[in-house]
Amino acid sequence: MTTEAILFFILAAAALATAVLMILQRNPVMSALFLIANFFCLASLYLLLRAQLLAVLEVVVYAGAIMVLVVFVIMLLNLGEEQKLAERINIRLMLGVALAFGFLLELFYLFLGPGAQVADQISPNAAVIGTVESMGTALYGRFLLPFEITSLLLLAAIVGAISLAKKQP
Amino acid sequence: MVPLPYYLCLSAVLFVIGVAGVLTRRNAIVVFMSIELMLNSVNLTLVAFSAFLGDITGLTLVFFVMAVAAAEAAVGLAIVIAVFRNRRTVNIDEINILKW
Repeated sequence: MTTEAILFFILAAAALATAVLMILQRNPVMSALFLIANFFCLASLYLLLRAQLLAVLEVVVYAGAIMVLVVFVIMLLNLGEEQKLAERINIRLMLGVALAFGFLLELFYLFLGPGAQVADQISPNAAVIGTVESMGTALYGRFLLPFEITSLLLLAAIVGAISLAKKQP
Repeated sequence: MVPLPYYLCLSAVLFVIGVAGVLTRRNAIVVFMSIELMLNSVNLTLVAFSAFLGDITGLTLVFFVMAVAAAEAAVGLAIVIAVFRNRRTVNIDEINILKW
């Protein structure tokens, strides 16, 4: 096994473990911390896939900005622990989780079953397209209009967040 | 070399863990974090396809997904705060007045 494969399996196991721990914790602060750990695993996986800029953005934007906001709100609201799952399990919940697992099997069939197109090499081009330079060229060239609309979306989100969260007169 | 289906299967499992989180947890903020997990698993799929096909479109889409997730986080948490101010709870079993 190459170093890359070993790194992949370690990171994949860590990502799965932190994701499972995140939804099993009853304390929301612990959930948030495990989600941050999960983001770090995903950022490392992006590095394995040669997407340097996105790996940095994952840490800065997700773990840095979004999760700080989430942890801040959790602390602000000072929530207690949730009810135990076993106390409110019902047929609808079980059906939902069963459907989710059915969906997982479907995805596995799509990705691994017959007719799946298997690419087993990372393209030699990948290290070039993941850099800041090529991403910047694409964002300010081919994707200029979506990029500008994104700034409009962020402005709308700021205005919406302020008007929702401020004290009602 | 790790083949592409490994990455796809990893992100499928992460996505389903996120779905299970949305279905089983009752704290609105944790449901919210599970949605972030699902968004991230799809991002992993996009980055993997982008790397294996040598095409930049997937990477730019991930960039836009991140921007939308940031906007979603700001508005969603503002809604959570507004709901908490009125109802004194963020348990989504008790905030079900829109369900009918």
